[in-house]
Amino acid sequence: MSTNTTATLSQSFRAKPNSMQEDITNDATSESSEHSQHITIGENILENAKFTTRNVNVYYGEKQAIFDVSLDIDHNEVIALIGPSGCGKSTYLRTLNRMNDTISNCRVTGDFLLDNEDIYSKKMDPVLLRARVGMVFQKPNPFPKSIYDNVAYGPRLHGLARTNSELDEIVITSLEKAGLFKEVKDRLNEPGTGLSGGQQQRLCIARTIAVSPEVILMDEPASALDPIATAIIEELIDELRENFTIAIVTHSMQQAARVSQRTAYFHLGKIIEVGETSQIFTNPRHQLTENYITGKFG
Amino acid sequence: MNSSALLLLITGLSVIAFITARQRAYIHGASSKLKSLPKHYGVLTALWSGIPALVLILSWMIFQPAYLHQQIIQSLPESITIKGEDSLSLYINTIDLAIANGEASDDPVIQKAILSFNDAEKKSRIILTILVLLLSLSGIIFGLTKKLLNSHARVGVEKVVKGFLALCSAVAIFTTVGIVLSVLFEALRFFESIPFTDFMFGTSWSPQTAIRSDQVGSSGSFGAIPLFVGTMLISAIAMLIAVPIGLLSAIYLSEYASARFRSIAKPALELLAGIPTVVYGFFAALSVAPFIRNVGESIGLSVASESALAAGIVMGVMIIPFVSSLSDDVITAVPQSMRDGSLGLGATKSETIKQVIIPAALPGIVGGVLLAASRAIGETMIVVMAAGMAAKMTANPLDAVTTVTVQIVTLLTGDQEFDSPKTLAAFALGLMLFLTTLILNVIALHIVRKYREQYE
Repeated sequence: MSTNTTATLSQSFRAKPNSMQEDITNDATSESSEHSQHITIGENILENAKFTTRNVNVYYGEKQAIFDVSLDIDHNEVIALIGPSGCGKSTYLRTLNRMNDTISNCRVTGDFLLDNEDIYSKKMDPVLLRARVGMVFQKPNPFPKSIYDNVAYGPRLHGLARTNSELDEIVITSLEKAGLFKEVKDRLNEPGTGLSGGQQQRLCIARTIAVSPEVILMDEPASALDPIATAIIEELIDELRENFTIAIVTHSMQQAARVSQRTAYFHLGKIIEVGETSQIFTNPRHQLTENYITGKFG
Repeated sequence: MNSSALLLLITGLSVIAFITARQRAYIHGASSKLKSLPKHYGVLTALWSGIPALVLILSWMIFQPAYLHQQIIQSLPESITIKGEDSLSLYINTIDLAIANGEASDDPVIQKAILSFNDAEKKSRIILTILVLLLSLSGIIFGLTKKLLNSHARVGVEKVVKGFLALCSAVAIFTTVGIVLSVLFEALRFFESIPFTDFMFGTSWSPQTAIRSDQVGSSGSFGAIPLFVGTMLISAIAMLIAVPIGLLSAIYLSEYASARFRSIAKPALELLAGIPTVVYGFFAALSVAPFIRNVGESIGLSVASESALAAGIVMGVMIIPFVSSLSDDVITAVPQSMRDGSLGLGATKSETIKQVIIPAALPGIVGGVLLAASRAIGETMIVVMAAGMAAKMTANPLDAVTTVTVQIVTLLTGDQEFDSPKTLAAFALGLMLFLTTLILNVIALHIVRKYREQYE
């Protein structure tokens, strides 16, 4: 699968080396894209973005899940990906740290640049990529280890700490950043699975932060939590923006409105509209976006 | 009517009961509200008509022989009954034999006994048939009354089904208890003649007892330790083979292999569990043992032709599927979110397996390994064919050793008297073996249960 992807990638690079800076309309009408009728409304292309993705297509076997999606993610912004179930937003998110590699019949084409580095190139090790682009999942998934070991897992793997005291420091700072340290400081050696759902999710965020990623992908991080735990997580996401770039998939439009600066609306595997969150929610330009925002379907 | 015809009759009546009661419930339900579905009334009526009749037939089958013997004894003249218990039962045996063979006897006493036997049997059969019919029909009639139609039939049916299920599980439990008790009582008889401490802590095993008191070598010794050492040695070799191979193949199959390869390899691996242990025994005795001896001799080691190593290796191969199949199941049961979480942190696949999946699955794996170990300890056929008979206390895998199971087999095969310590020793050994595997199983189940709690 990966060789296939790389081949497509390098070809498309050779074919149109300057297309990255071109307008999306040109891009969409170019011959390489099969579903070129579709045009994304709004500011999906940015100057000097953290993450640049162009003409992304994702296939599960014969079935295509993502159609010609182009989207940029800026430095230190929170971008919300919203849309009805099955619209491909989670699939798109998983392409950003190549978690789709683990699904055997999944095929990805398109250009993915993280700080102008092709993440699907042969030179890119998906393992190292995932250390740079961390992921928080829908269901809290702490390892059946102690709280301390859960957070220390990543730093130990990547050799981020040379001494035990350095490791202690990483663990404590990560837990503090995730707003969990106060609650667990007396029981760092107890199993992480014994925490409440919201605490478990913050533990997973702490675990992700501990590796010092550049980008954090969150796949509906609060959908399994109660309202209070959700509020804490949302507050946390806002604080994390200082140090990290965050892409969050969410089903809750209120959540998207509360935590994100920009919002992308996905529909049936395509991005319909991208824009400032306030604009998307108050003044959507596309009919489909408006229908979704106003609850006509979802 | 004979019993099978009666059974057929009861079945037929139950079917009729079911159909009519259901039909009646339908009709009744059209005008007023039923408390259960019509089929429940049908089933309940069928049960009412069938179960009492079945219980009657069963109890008749159990008590009839005693009743008929009573009839025979009553028909016998006093001159015979007065002779005493032993000769009486002998006499009844001859009568039974005559009845079974259908021979006309010359002895008038026996002729009379046969006559009264046949008479009683015929009478009891007629009574039985009438009773069964009565019970069955009254069940149907009861089922068609208003009382049943107004009851919660579903609750009644569920009670009966629940009782039947409980009965089935009770059969399994009581069988186990029965086996334990029978072994226990024989073992206690053994410990009457040989002290328990001599058996448990004795280091010499030579189970001979004298037939005559002046016989040479009449003093047998029944120290079980050499046998348990042999068992442990062979089991340890087997586990050394089975655990790494089973575990690593489970990891490969569950984490690395493609779905297609897995669908072929897993059944193929489980095929190993389907090979009869006798065949493994041939393989150990005829192929592996000579091979090991030849290899050993070529590098200057003295290897017994029936070495513990050969039996252990083959036994290890036999229990690979236990370890691999159980480990595969628990590894597959580790939630995908664990793998995603680890991979999402930039762990490689092997790091994920070593540091997240195996620790998460470890209790289940340990449980599987302990189950395999108890299987190895109790395994008989391979060691009978390949391990030898010499009760030696040794840790040298190239020596011949004997195991508990081998000794049980040798003690009990052939013509044996069932009251000598030599034979009874087999039961004591069996009891010890049972306790060992029981303890291992309890530990294994405990660990497995603890593992389950973690994810629920």
